[in-house]
Amino acid sequence: MISVKHLKKSFGDNEVLKDISLDVKPQEVVVVIGPSGSGKSTFIRCLNLLESVTGGHVYVTGKDLTDKKTNINEIRKNVGMVFQHFNLFPHKTILENVTLAPINVKGVKKQEAEQKALALLKKVGLAEKASAYPDSLSGGQKQRVAIARALAMEPKIMLFDEPTSALDPEMVGEVLEVMKQLAKDGMTMIVVTHEMGFAREVGDRVIFMDNGYIMEENEPAALFSNPQHERTKAFLSKVL
Amino acid sequence: MDFRTDIIVDYMPFFIKGTLLTLGLSLAGIFIGLILGLIIGLGKMSTNAWIRFPFVWYVNIFRGTPLLVQILLIHFGVVPLFMSPSNPIVSAIIALSLNAAAYIAEIFRAGIQSIDKGQMEAARSLGMSHIQAMKLVILPQAVKRMIPPLGNEFIVLLKDSSLAAIIAAPELMYWGRAAQGQYIRVWEPYITVAVIYLMLTLSLTYLMNYIERRMKTE
Repeated sequence: MISVKHLKKSFGDNEVLKDISLDVKPQEVVVVIGPSGSGKSTFIRCLNLLESVTGGHVYVTGKDLTDKKTNINEIRKNVGMVFQHFNLFPHKTILENVTLAPINVKGVKKQEAEQKALALLKKVGLAEKASAYPDSLSGGQKQRVAIARALAMEPKIMLFDEPTSALDPEMVGEVLEVMKQLAKDGMTMIVVTHEMGFAREVGDRVIFMDNGYIMEENEPAALFSNPQHERTKAFLSKVL
Repeated sequence: MDFRTDIIVDYMPFFIKGTLLTLGLSLAGIFIGLILGLIIGLGKMSTNAWIRFPFVWYVNIFRGTPLLVQILLIHFGVVPLFMSPSNPIVSAIIALSLNAAAYIAEIFRAGIQSIDKGQMEAARSLGMSHIQAMKLVILPQAVKRMIPPLGNEFIVLLKDSSLAAIIAAPELMYWGRAAQGQYIRVWEPYITVAVIYLMLTLSLTYLMNYIERRMKTE
């Protein structure tokens, strides 16, 4: 589904990703953890080319994103992304937020897009907010709308970049619940998060990143109970 | 001090004619300035330094030199190259449009760049092209923020159109000067002209306030 080969990314002289290789299978849920500044966000943003890649290759659904001939807009139709700060469109209603891309990018008919959007909003528990504007929603509600908006494009892969980090603690649960359901439905997911409970419960594999490298990867139970690397041990001892 | 209202009454047909031309010059300047300004503003935001260069210098030059100088250069230097004799109304419209475009370009750029980067990222991550994201997500939000500075610019433009009097474009200020010359009186013509400009700019102020309110509630 996703195959990353020797990915490198620099911002000027600052080398953020040094040598990352990773394969993600269909329906797999990969959770990326690590200290801030370790490159996890940059890494996940390279997977839909929100960050340009400095070196190496990123294959998504078989296409090499680093190939200039690859139409990135086509790839992005298949790769949904959920951001830390939601990034809902404030000038559009919740329903319009969800239907905007299907109508304009995929050419779905308005009525059909709205039906689908309402079904998705129902799934995330926000059908009654369809005609509201993002400003009137709580953080947790906004993030659930953002998930519905990404799902409306019927992506094959979903990327989550710290989806609960900007939320009040009591709202984290409702967003994680939606993500759990998504994982259960068989979505291929890559999740950058600090929610270790989520990683343990939902992740098929946990990746520990530090200083631009993948230091360690394993099944959640093994990684959390028996970390091999000193850095992993140090990090887990602080967050668990 | 005596105040001869008869002068104002005598000249009223000319003041009205002049006011209409002032409005015409301003509207043409706003219209052409908006179109050019959008193009220049977008050009100035290009990531390619070679594309950016001419737009940056366009703004530098037209914002950095006096409009009066631009009007004179355009009327006596540029327009005669393709029009003889050069028409002062044409020259005034060209000068006002080119000058306003420089300021409007900066208003567009500031408006677009004031929108959070996450909006573009979210739009692009959904598969929209850069142009779609601009049209559907960025510009609708940016336009709201551009309304107050654009209103400012329109008012400046309307008042600056009075500089066209210097090349004998028969707009409001031109007739004010003509009346002053004919009657050798200062207060009557110039106060009248000032009051008419004030009425025009106040109307524009209220129009822009109205548009701003409308967009807020949408």
